[in-house]
Amino acid sequence: MVADYVDWLRREGRIVIVGASLAGLRAAETLRAEGFAGELTLIGDEPYEPYDRPPLSKSVLLGKASPHRTELPHRREIDAKWRLGVPATGLDLSAKRVRLADGDEVEYDRLLIATGVRARPWPKEEEARLDGVCLLRTRDDAADLYQRLKAGPRRVFVIGAGFAGSEVASACRETGIPVTVAERAGAPLVGALGGVIGAVAADLQTENGVDLRTGVTVTSLEGDSVGRVRAVHLSDESVVEADVVVVSLGSVRNTDWLAGSGLGAGPRGIACDAGCRAFDFRGIVTDDVFVAGDVARSPHALFGYQFLSLEHWGNAVAQAETAAHNMICHGADRRPHLWMPAFWSSMFGVNIKSVGVPSMGDQLMITQGSLAERRFVGVYGHQGRVIAAVTFDNTRWLEFYARQIERGAPFPVEYPTVDRRPEGRQPVAADFPDPSLPTHGPTVTLSGYSPADQQLVFHPARH
Amino acid sequence: MTQASLFRRITDFANRADPYPLYEELRKTPVLCEEEGGPYVISSYWDIEALLHDPRISSDAANLAAAGDDALSGPEATGLPPSFIRLDPPEHDRLRRIANSSFGPPHRPRRIENMRGELGEIVTGLIDGFGDARQIDLVDQFAYPFPVTVICRLLGVPREDEPRFRAWVDPIVAGLDPDTRTSAESERTAQEARLQLGMYLNGLVEQRAKEPRDDMLSDLVNSHGPDGAMTTMEVLTTAVLLLIAGHETTVNLITNGMLTLLRHPEVLERLRNDPGLSVRIVEELLRYEPPVQIVPQRTCIADIELRGVTIPKGSHIWLMLAAGNRDPERFKDPERFDPDREDIQHLGFGSGIHSCFGAPLARVEAQIALSELARRLEDPRLVEDPPPYRQNAVLRGPRHLNIAFEGLR
Repeated sequence: MVADYVDWLRREGRIVIVGASLAGLRAAETLRAEGFAGELTLIGDEPYEPYDRPPLSKSVLLGKASPHRTELPHRREIDAKWRLGVPATGLDLSAKRVRLADGDEVEYDRLLIATGVRARPWPKEEEARLDGVCLLRTRDDAADLYQRLKAGPRRVFVIGAGFAGSEVASACRETGIPVTVAERAGAPLVGALGGVIGAVAADLQTENGVDLRTGVTVTSLEGDSVGRVRAVHLSDESVVEADVVVVSLGSVRNTDWLAGSGLGAGPRGIACDAGCRAFDFRGIVTDDVFVAGDVARSPHALFGYQFLSLEHWGNAVAQAETAAHNMICHGADRRPHLWMPAFWSSMFGVNIKSVGVPSMGDQLMITQGSLAERRFVGVYGHQGRVIAAVTFDNTRWLEFYARQIERGAPFPVEYPTVDRRPEGRQPVAADFPDPSLPTHGPTVTLSGYSPADQQLVFHPARH
Repeated sequence: MTQASLFRRITDFANRADPYPLYEELRKTPVLCEEEGGPYVISSYWDIEALLHDPRISSDAANLAAAGDDALSGPEATGLPPSFIRLDPPEHDRLRRIANSSFGPPHRPRRIENMRGELGEIVTGLIDGFGDARQIDLVDQFAYPFPVTVICRLLGVPREDEPRFRAWVDPIVAGLDPDTRTSAESERTAQEARLQLGMYLNGLVEQRAKEPRDDMLSDLVNSHGPDGAMTTMEVLTTAVLLLIAGHETTVNLITNGMLTLLRHPEVLERLRNDPGLSVRIVEELLRYEPPVQIVPQRTCIADIELRGVTIPKGSHIWLMLAAGNRDPERFKDPERFDPDREDIQHLGFGSGIHSCFGAPLARVEAQIALSELARRLEDPRLVEDPPPYRQNAVLRGPRHLNIAFEGLR
C-alpha cells in the first residue's frame, strides 16, 4: 500500500516547494533528476529567480559583480510552475494546502519548506525606517547598499561584527570608506569562532583601518530633520556620526507563516528528523512535510544528536538533496542528512573556512601555522575529541580535519604536523561567550537533545 | 621471490606503454609495502586524496634524506637548494605565494586568460609549419615546441636558448625516474645539470634586476609584496622549477591527449565540430592519462593508520595518481575514456597545498592545442600503436607520436 503511494506520487503526485532560493532550487532539480514526473510548484516571496547570496556581501559591494547577475546556475530543467513574488502566508496540514498572500491556495501531496531566514531588523521601527539604515540579505538590499557605498558616504556604521557585518566592513575599507563596527561581544566573530580567533579577527579589522568598538551596544539611531540617519549612539555614551548604518544582527527564521499550522515551527526554525521530515508541535514526525536549508533544525549523529540550525550554503544544498530524495523514495531507501557543517568567508584579504561545529568546542589548539601571522589551522576539542576546525588562509588542509571529526579523533592533537609551532602544542580555552547572553545571531544554534525537548503547547510568536 | 615486485614491474620500461593492468593489480593491495624499509605505495583514489591533505605528510627534501635514502631525495638534495615543491609550510607557502603574485589571482587574475590569443598564434604557426608533409612526429614538431615557447615567453627566457637548457633539463627529468635515479651517477649528473641551469638563469635574473620587463623572471626578482622579496637563490630555484614543470608535463598532456583522441575517433570528430568540448576532454584526460603518474616525494612525520595498516613514521610514501584515477571505488566504468561523465574529477594535478601551480596554464594550452589539431588535421591516424615511450615512469608519455594525415584545413 505504502509502496503504491510512493509509486503513484513519483508518477503523478503534486509536490510544492515553499522557498525559491538555493535549497528550493536544488531540491527541485534533485526531484526531477531522481525521476519525479508529477507536478512541481515553487513558491518564492522575492520576485526573482533563485540567486546566490554569498557574493552580495563581497564582490557585489566592491562593484566587481552586479547584484542582478548572481542567478544560480541551473543543473537541469525542472519543468516547474513558478509562483514568484508571492509569499506563502499559511499552511493547512489536514487539507494539504498552502495559502498565498494573493489569496490563492496551492494543494500538495508532499510539501518541502525551504523558506530560509531574513535579516534581523533594527528593533526600533521608527529608527529602522530612517533613510540610510540598511539590512543585507537580499539582492535588493545589496543593490541599495552598493549604491550608497558608491555615493561616497562620510562614514558607514556596522552594527554587529558577525561574518556579514565584518564582510561589509571589509568592503568599505577596500573601497576606502571610513567604517565603524560595533560589537556587543569582546571581538568580531566570537559567536561563531570563540574569543581566541575573535582576537585575531579584531586585529585584522583594526589594522585595516576599521574603527572597531567592542563590548558596546547601539542604544539609538539618530535622524536629521528630513529623516536621514546622521548619528549612532552607543552604550558607552559615545556618539558616532554616520550616513549609512548597516544592521547586521544575524537572522530571523521565516516561520511566521506557519503560526498555528500545527508544525513544530518557531523562532529557532522548524524541527525535523535526520531524514528531513518535519515534526508537528507535539514532536511527532509528519509524513508529507519536509524541511531543508537555513530554516531547518535537525539532529546530527556526529554531534551528539543535537539539533543543528546551520545557515551554511553547503548545508542548504546537501539538505535539499537529501530531503528531495527522501520525499520520493520508499522508507527503506531514505537517507539521513549527515552533512559535515562547513562555511567560508573572506574579509580583509583573508580566507576563513571552517568545518564541524566550532561553538561546541571548549578548547582550541593551533595545529599548523600561527595566530600572529594570521595563517593557521585551529582545531576545536570537545570532551576529548576533535569537534571542529577553522583555517585562516590555510584552506587546503581542512579536508583532513573534516575526516578527523568524522572519526571522532582524540583531542588534544598529539601527533606532529608540518608547520607546528611551539604555540600550538598546548590547548587553550576556545573562549566562547556564555550562550545565554544574546549577541548577533550565531551561525549555529544548538538546542535540545531530542524532539521531546520541544514545548508541547504552541505559542504564536509575539513581536 | 620468483617475480619482480609489483612496483618494479610498474617502473620497468617494458610496461610503459600500458601500466594500467599493473595499477589494477596494485589497487588490490591499496596500501602496499613490498620490502622492508621500502616505500608505501598508495593506489586508491580516496586514500591518495586524503594523504594529499594530511598535515602529517611532509614534502620536505630534508625529511626524505633524513629517512636514510639519498636516491629518493632526488636531484635537489645538493647543488641548488630545494624549490618550493620540495618544501613544507611555512617556507613553501611563502615562496608559492610570491611566485603566484606574478602568475594568478588575486594579483594577476588575467595573466593566463590574456595569453589566449598569443597561445593560439603559436599553435597556428606550428601547425602551418607542417607544410605539405603528410606525416609528422607530434612530439618533436608540436607538443614539445608549443609549451616550451609559452613558458619561455612567460618567464622571459630567450626561446633560442632552448637547445642549451634542454641539455640540462633532460638529465634533471631523468633523475625523477625511479629506475634511473637509483644510480649514483645519474644522480650526480642531475644535480650538476640543475646547478648549470640555475647558473644560466642567474644571468637572466641579473639582467632583469637592472632592466625589468613584462615577464615572470622580472616579477620574481623584483617582488616586494607583503611576503617580502625572494632571495636570489630562491628566485633561481623557483625559476628552475617553473621552467621545467612548465613544459615537461604539458608535452605529455598534449601527446597523451592526441593519442587518446586518435584511439577514440568519435570523440575526435565531436571535438572538430565543437571546440568547447575541449574543456571536458582535457579534464577527462587528466583522469584517464595523467601526465604525472606518481608523486614519489613524500614522507610521513608521524605513524599513520590507513586501511588497518600502520605506516610508520619516517616511511616514504608514493602516491600513485594514475592508479587512483581509475579506481572503481571512485569512478563508474573507470577504464573508459568518457568526456561526458557526470563528475569528471581527477588527481591529475594532485591536490592540497602542492596541487599543480601551473594548472590554469596547462589547461588552456591543452584545450587550444587539441581543439586546433582536431580542427586542422585532415583525417589523422596513428602510424604505430602503441608509440615509443619516454623512459620516465613518473612523467609518462610517448617519446614520438607519428601521425599520418591527408593535409591541413
